[in-house]
Amino acid sequence: MNRNPRDLQRYNASERANHWIVGICFILLVLSGLAFFHPAFFPLVHLFGGGPWTRILHPYVGLVMMFFFIMMFFRFWRLNMIEKRDVEWLKNVNKMVDGNDHDMPEQGKYNGGQKVLFWGLVAGMLAITASGVFMWRAWWTPPITVVRIASVVHAAAGVWMIGLIIMHVYAAIWTRGTIRAMLYGTVTRAWAKQHHRGWYRKMTGDNS
Amino acid sequence: MSLQSLDIKRRSATTTPPPQVRSPQSGDVAKLIDVSKCIGCKACQTACMEWNDLRQEPGENHGVYDNPNDLTENAWTVMRFTEYENEDSGNLEWLIRKDGCMHCEDPGCLKACPSPGAIVQYTNGIVDFHEENCIGCGYCVTGCPFNVPRISKKDNKAYKCTLCSDRVAVGQEPACVKTCPTGAIVFGTKKAMKDHADERIADLKERGFAQAGLYDPAGVGGTHVMYVLHHADKPGLYAGLPKEPKISPMVALWKGMSKPLAVAALGVAAVGSLFHYITKGPNDVSKELEDEMERKDREALAAADADKENVR
Repeated sequence: MNRNPRDLQRYNASERANHWIVGICFILLVLSGLAFFHPAFFPLVHLFGGGPWTRILHPYVGLVMMFFFIMMFFRFWRLNMIEKRDVEWLKNVNKMVDGNDHDMPEQGKYNGGQKVLFWGLVAGMLAITASGVFMWRAWWTPPITVVRIASVVHAAAGVWMIGLIIMHVYAAIWTRGTIRAMLYGTVTRAWAKQHHRGWYRKMTGDNS
Repeated sequence: MSLQSLDIKRRSATTTPPPQVRSPQSGDVAKLIDVSKCIGCKACQTACMEWNDLRQEPGENHGVYDNPNDLTENAWTVMRFTEYENEDSGNLEWLIRKDGCMHCEDPGCLKACPSPGAIVQYTNGIVDFHEENCIGCGYCVTGCPFNVPRISKKDNKAYKCTLCSDRVAVGQEPACVKTCPTGAIVFGTKKAMKDHADERIADLKERGFAQAGLYDPAGVGGTHVMYVLHHADKPGLYAGLPKEPKISPMVALWKGMSKPLAVAALGVAAVGSLFHYITKGPNDVSKELEDEMERKDREALAAADADKENVR
């Protein structure tokens, strides 16, 4: 959508599609994974055609997610290198949470919180994929001690990632005007100047 | 075995109690395997196959008498043969242990299973797999301290010894017990089996096996399959029978309180987000910035129009 031709493009179509594939996989993995996580969620297996189907599908969806997550990693990792101004931002994060982001340090395309989230998800993906491979009995039988450790790591990494994604989704809803960047790629100039002033300057050359 | 001829005491992935009013007044059951009386004839393996309609393909000979070499989804019990040179007595001892599910009072398989009712423990103590509820994840294998459950390649379901729960339910002893020609396998209430074991152990001690004793490991709450061992101080001699089996601390952590707490934490995060929104309000673009941008949009538009005029 191009409501205002002067809107700034934040994500191109390929980046958006990549993000959505990972997002859809994540939702499927959370629903199917929670079914095995705790009995309270076992009825979720009915979304996938029953217990055996859920057990069969979960690891394949995981592989798809890993593949597209790696692609996304190579698209965005440079933009998520943590800099000095991010540390300043993180030190002031309580002001941000309090709802007053007007005197937060100036930020580039991503702020310190987004960068920490990025690396948190990278660590989570590594742990959850590696441990998942050891729990996947369809193809091999790893040593039992390894399977036991992997089971704990897999569950912990799952909780870690769900927690991070709750933050990620809430931040996108809370910061009005953000969701459209994920849907059709653009944000308003006012949005950019308020939340990512460094990026705004770079995109527009406007140094006011 | 299928649903349901015995009362259920514990059910996998179920957080509320099953019906509990009825309980066996004569106590729970146990099978006692007296290793010192076993002659290794494998009649118990055959009876198990016959009663349960199982046929394991004969494997390859790996230089020992074990056949098949391991428990499988078709071989719920296997005689494990060990040649032990006893340095104290100078004797070569042929230790033969009938391996299979130990029917733990605190079953690691049941604790690990994520599928409601795929693993049950009856009020008489027998631990049984209800394969129609099994999803084939293999968590029972992860949870078992004795490496017993096997996943079938044919249907991806987990199988193991049922302690002939179908026979026990109608007052019969398990098939292996019925067929054992030396009386090495006996079946009854757990108390009766312990009393019987005491007599056997006293006899063995008289015959020079000072360390003879009962294998009923406390780490898993005791078992409903027990052994009389001539060397109860060294159960590892009997093809690696674990000395102090218990549910792995990893499995306990994985299936313990950590999960409900984690679910609660995630719930707090989700609900907390909502309350953050309604108490602090959205993180909106300021009116000032919006006005500034509208002004700049107008200026840009005017500049573009002026350019067009100039071109013309």
